[in-house]
Amino acid sequence: MSLLDIDGLHASVNGEPILKDLSLRVEAGEIHAIMGPNGSGKSTLANVLAGRPGYEVTAGQVSFDGIGLAGVEPEARAQAGLFLAFQYPVEIPGVSNMEFLKAAWDSHRAAQGSQPESAVGFMKRARALAKGLGLNPEFLKRGVNEGFSGGEKKRNEILQLLLLEPKLAVLDETDSGLDIDALQTVAAGVNRFRSADNGVLLITHYQRLLNHIVPDRVHVLTEGRIVASGDKHLAEKLEAEGYAWLSG
Amino acid sequence: MSESPIDIVGQEYRAGFVTDVVSDTLPPGLSEAVVRHISAKKREPAWMADWRLAAYGKWRAMTPPDWAHVRFPPIDFEGISYYSAPKSLADAPASLDEVDPELLRTYEKLGIPLHEREALAGVVKSPSVAVDAVFDSVSIATTFKDKLAEAGVIFCPISEAVHSHPELVRKYLGSVVPQQDNFYAALNSAVFSDGSFVYVPEGVRCPMELSTYFRINERNTGQFERTLIIADAGAYVSYLEGCTAPMRDENQLHAAVVELVALDNAEIKYSTVQNWYPGDAEGKGGIYNFVTKRGACLGASSKISWTQVETGSAITWKYPSVVLRGAGSVGEFHSVALTNNHQQADTGTKMIHLGPNTRSTIISKGISAGQSQNSYRGLVRTSPAAKGARNYTQCDSLLLGDACGAHTFPYIENKSPTATIEHEATTSKVSDDQLFLCQQRGIDPEKAISMIVNGFCKDVFRELPMEFAVEAGKLLEVSLEGAVG
Ligand SMILES: Nc1ncnc2c1ncn2[C@@H]1O[C@H](COP(=O)(O)OP(=O)(O)OP(=O)(O)O)[C@@H](O)[C@H]1O
Ligand SMILES: [Mg+2]
Repeated sequence: MSLLDIDGLHASVNGEPILKDLSLRVEAGEIHAIMGPNGSGKSTLANVLAGRPGYEVTAGQVSFDGIGLAGVEPEARAQAGLFLAFQYPVEIPGVSNMEFLKAAWDSHRAAQGSQPESAVGFMKRARALAKGLGLNPEFLKRGVNEGFSGGEKKRNEILQLLLLEPKLAVLDETDSGLDIDALQTVAAGVNRFRSADNGVLLITHYQRLLNHIVPDRVHVLTEGRIVASGDKHLAEKLEAEGYAWLSG
Repeated sequence: MSESPIDIVGQEYRAGFVTDVVSDTLPPGLSEAVVRHISAKKREPAWMADWRLAAYGKWRAMTPPDWAHVRFPPIDFEGISYYSAPKSLADAPASLDEVDPELLRTYEKLGIPLHEREALAGVVKSPSVAVDAVFDSVSIATTFKDKLAEAGVIFCPISEAVHSHPELVRKYLGSVVPQQDNFYAALNSAVFSDGSFVYVPEGVRCPMELSTYFRINERNTGQFERTLIIADAGAYVSYLEGCTAPMRDENQLHAAVVELVALDNAEIKYSTVQNWYPGDAEGKGGIYNFVTKRGACLGASSKISWTQVETGSAITWKYPSVVLRGAGSVGEFHSVALTNNHQQADTGTKMIHLGPNTRSTIISKGISAGQSQNSYRGLVRTSPAAKGARNYTQCDSLLLGDACGAHTFPYIENKSPTATIEHEATTSKVSDDQLFLCQQRGIDPEKAISMIVNGFCKDVFRELPMEFAVEAGKLLEVSLEGAVG
C-alpha cells in the first residue's frame, strides 16, 4: 500500500479543468519533488489533495494511506495525517499563533481518541521548535501570520509541520521568498521531519532547495499532467535548460 | 453536518426550560389601578406610589421610539401582564430555607448557586460572588448579605431598599434616568417590579463581585427591573448581571432601567452577559430587550465602565451611557454584540462630556451571522465646559456569511474647541481562506469560527471578570452554532 496513490486524476477549479490525467505514487520514506512552469497546476494538485472547497475531482482516484479521499472533509484529511504548507499562508488576526497551534494539535489528538496535551507541555514544545527554526518565541503570541514577513510565514508553516507530525507533507513552494539562511533552516526542518514512515511532496521552482533536501524522485508537471519523471539529475537538467525541451 | 443548523440552534439555548411554580400574576393591561396595585403589593410608602403614578402619567403621553434600525410589529401594551411573582413568595421568604426548592433548582440548573456554602464549594468558580436572583417580578434570594454588611456595603432587592434606605432611594432614583427620558424608561418607572440596590460607602472597596441574575419564567409577562448602584466617595464596586428566559413562541418584553452614581474618586465596573432567549432559527419568539442604562460620574476623577456581551434577545435596544460631570472623570464602554438567525441589535453608548478633562473610551465589536442585523449607534457629546475632553471610539464589525448586515451610526456633537475626538471603524469578513487554513490543520469549521470570533472580541473579554470571560467565550460558541455549513 502506497502512502499516496493518485490514479488518473482529473480536477477542475470553478468548473475550469486544470489537472488532466495525473498519476503519481509516493511510498513511505520517500521525497518527491514536483516542478513545472507557472500555472501548470502544482498548487491545484496540493489543494485537491487537501480537499479545498471549489476544487472538484472530475475523474480518477486519490487514496491516502490506503483510504479513498473522495468525500472526506478537509479537517478529517488533516487529522489523518495529510499536511499542506501553503504557498500563501493567510492571516487570522486576533487568534494567537499558540492558541491556533494548540487547537490544531488537540483536534489531531481527539481524532486519535487522545485527551488534549497539557497546555504547559505543548507550549514548551512549541517554543523549543520555534527557536530551532529561528523564530522568536514571541511570534507564538502574535496573531496567526499577522504581520509576519514572507519568510516568517514560511517558517511558521514548517513549525506547524513539525508540531503536527503528519504522515504526508505537501510543501507548496515553501522555499520561495526565503533568504539563504532561512532556506537552510527550512530545509533542516524538513530533513528533521522526514522518516521511514512518512513522505514529502515538495513543490518547488528551484533546484537549489534540492541540494539541501535530496529527492527520491523529481516530476515535471505541465498543463495539468506529469510529462517527465526522473531522479535528482532531472532537476539539474531543468535548472540548466528550462522546460522548453520537454514540450519540444 | 448531520443536524440541520435549525435543530442545533434550537437545542442549544440551554436556559430555555420553564419552571413549574404557581404564580400570582396580574391580568394583562396597564392602568392607574394596576400601578397602585403593584405598589400596594410591595407595601410601598406613599412617596413611592406617587412617584410611580407620576411616571405613569408621563408614559401615557409618550410614544415608542422609532429611530432604531430594528423592525417588529407594534407591541400591545394592554396585552402584557405587569406583575408576576411565584405564589410561594407572597410573603417574602426570610431566609433561603424558606425559598421554594423548585426555584432553587431553577438557579442550580442555570449554574447560579444560591446556597452560600455551594458557592464556596466552587459551583461557581469564584467563591467571591454575591448573587441577587430575580425571578419574574421579584427578588427571591440575595446571598452573602452578612459578609457585605460587615464591610458596610448594602446589597439588597430594591423593593427592600425602599423600606430600609428610603433616603438613598429617594435621592437617587430617577436622578440619572429621569422618568420621561424615553418611553420604556417611563414605563419602567411606573411598573418596575424588582431589581438590585447597591450602596458602597465612602472609601470602601467592595470585598466581592456583586451580581444579579434575572430570569423571566411566566408567559405573557414583562420584566421591568430597576437597578440602582451608588458608589460613595472613593468607593469601588464591580457588578455583573446575567439573564435568561424560557423558549416561547411569543415575544416577551424586558424593559429595565439601570442607574449608576459615582461620587468623587469612586469607580463602578458594570458587566452584563445578556443571554435572553433569542427566538428560534425562523425568528419566532424571543425577548424584546429595551433597556435604559446610564451612569453619572458626579464626582471628580470618578470612573464608570460598562462591559456588555450581548448574545441573546430577538431585539436589543440598549445604550449604556455615561454622563461625565465630575472634572477628570472617565467613562468606558466595551461591547460585544452578536446576532445570529433573525436577531436584531441596535446598541451602543452615549458619552456626555460636561466636565473639564473628562475622558471616554468606546470599544464596540459587532458580529453578525445568519440573516441578522447588527447596528452600532453611539453619541459623543461635549459641552463648552468640557475643556480638554477626550474620546476614543473603535468600532469593528465582523460578518459571517452574506445574508446579514452590519451598520454603524456614530454621532458626534462637539461644542468644546479643545476636545479631541477620534473614531476608527473596520468591517471584516471571516474568509473562506481562513476557514480552510483552520480545516487543513484539523480544526472543524464551527470551532474555527468560534476561535476567530473570540479573537475578534478579545479586547472586550479582557474587561470581564475572569470567570465570566470564560463563560462569555463559551456563550459565543453556542450562539454561533449553525452559523456555518
Ligand atoms: N480559483 C480559480 N479559478 C480559475 N482558475 C484558477 C483558479 N485557481 C487556479 N486557477 C488556474 O489554474 C491554473 C493552475 O494554477 P496553479 O495555482 O495550480 O498553478 P501553479 O503550478 O501552482 O503555478 P505557480 O508556479 O505560479 O504557483 C492556472 O492557470 C490558474 O490560473
Ligand atoms: Mg502554485
